Amino acid sequence: MFSLGDLYKQVIIDHTKTPRNFGKLEPCSHDAEGFNPLCGDQLHVYLQINDDNIIEDVKFEGQGCSISTASASLMTENLKGKSIDEFKHMFNAFHEMATADMDTPPDEETLGKLAVLAGVKEFPSRIKCATLCWHTVKSAIEDAGEPARTE
Amino acid sequence: MNIQEIRKDFPILHQEVFGHPLVYLDNAATTQKPQCVIDTIRHYYEKDNSNIHRGVHSLSERATKDYEATRETIRGFFNAKSTKEVIFTRGTTESINLVASSWGGANIGKDDEILITHMEHHSNIVPWQMLCERTGAKLKVIPMNEAGELDLVAYAELLNERTKLVGVVHMSNALGTINPIADMIQQAHQVGAKVLVDGAQAAAHIPTDIQALDIDFYATSAHKMYGPTGVGVLIAKEALLNAMPPYQGGGDMILMVTFEKTQYNALPHKFEAGTPNIAGVIGFGAALKYIQNIGFDAIMQREKELLNYATKKAQAFAGLKQIGIAKDKACVLSFVLDGVHPHDLGTILDHEGVAIRAGHHCAMPVMQFYKVPATARASFSIYNTEAEVDALFEALEKARNMFA
Repeated sequence: MFSLGDLYKQVIIDHTKTPRNFGKLEPCSHDAEGFNPLCGDQLHVYLQINDDNIIEDVKFEGQGCSISTASASLMTENLKGKSIDEFKHMFNAFHEMATADMDTPPDEETLGKLAVLAGVKEFPSRIKCATLCWHTVKSAIEDAGEPARTE
Repeated sequence: MNIQEIRKDFPILHQEVFGHPLVYLDNAATTQKPQCVIDTIRHYYEKDNSNIHRGVHSLSERATKDYEATRETIRGFFNAKSTKEVIFTRGTTESINLVASSWGGANIGKDDEILITHMEHHSNIVPWQMLCERTGAKLKVIPMNEAGELDLVAYAELLNERTKLVGVVHMSNALGTINPIADMIQQAHQVGAKVLVDGAQAAAHIPTDIQALDIDFYATSAHKMYGPTGVGVLIAKEALLNAMPPYQGGGDMILMVTFEKTQYNALPHKFEAGTPNIAGVIGFGAALKYIQNIGFDAIMQREKELLNYATKKAQAFAGLKQIGIAKDKACVLSFVLDGVHPHDLGTILDHEGVAIRAGHHCAMPVMQFYKVPATARASFSIYNTEAEVDALFEALEKARNMFA
């Protein structure tokens, strides 16, 4: 049986209470909004991407549950200095981790500290909370023009 | 009223979730089903399953008889004038869409106004918005105060000769507020407006006398009244229904079809195209009889007791802010807790066996009013106990400690 501790690890509680890189990034080259219509999570991500396609800086603001806030906070910490190709690789690894079979271990080499969120796959109704920020960055980079959604 | 006896009627309550006894406090979303409802549906499929209104064989006659008997049960339950006024639908949402589409399409024009309240469920907002988009009519909103009560002074000012319809929820699913519909209907009728009452949340908790209240359109759902999902009812005045065009075309709603012309069936069948949810309707009837056997006096007294007990605990719980503290309210405790998002509360409580709802409760404008993204909502029913309320607050304590 899953325990709550699998989801609410100390690192997650810590990032919920003091989210890193929280606020608006001005100026920024890319930004996008994301919604999770199911639970009302709402966030805005800002990215500064240079001519070499490197994410120089990334910040987020908005309101959401512990999982969505901690996931966004951890993501921003891990995206700084990464290239867009690296982001895409991480996006896929994160998505895989959040939705894979229980027995599949996360790709820790790619995800590093982000693997702490692996517990969400045991909580189907919370997976979208964890993936929202990733979808939002993807939509910012792709300049989709429409808010990212988890639905 | 013996709660332990009532609990025995609901088989689903007797299970464990994550090693804890289930504490089901999501009754505003849907209520659980008593054994008599489950048995009625099972009996229908095991003994009587057949199509209604068309077979001459015994099974069809039995199914038709039980289906139509439910129409009479519903008529009596809500004191409608005639079974011709009782239309079966898929639920409250479809009932409202039927009125917006059929009555609205025939009666609403460019300069007309439709008046709804700030605490409507999306199902009593969106169909009217869609109608306004089609016709150019204006949608106006009756405001509410911090307690979650409608501003009746503003209501009186908003009403005018252009107001064609007032849509009001009898009891708010997000706040628990019971609205003063008797007065509101009277005032609406004075300017010639029709009134649609959304009874989805109220119908299992407060008696509703459609004739005494002079309700034009009344919509509700079986599944919030201990009945099955996917079935509900529209009750409307016969003269209005007669003047309305059909909502959907198909079988059962016709008398005669040629390629040149179709003659529509009489009420109520004119609005019941296609094979309906027969088992659902018959199960709905069993659910209403279950409520009638307990009686609204006992139900209201008991649910008030339990809400008072829960409200006292909520007031004493540090960091908890109730959303919706109307003087007249029933069995809904909506709240936010400092430092813990409602969505996290939902997950943490679930692991203690306590089922609550976290989210916008399909009433986003209510969330916007209180400037919260979501609330946690515990909603009570006849089978809930004080011990279950205690379990709720013990679980909330754990959640608070986790994020402390």
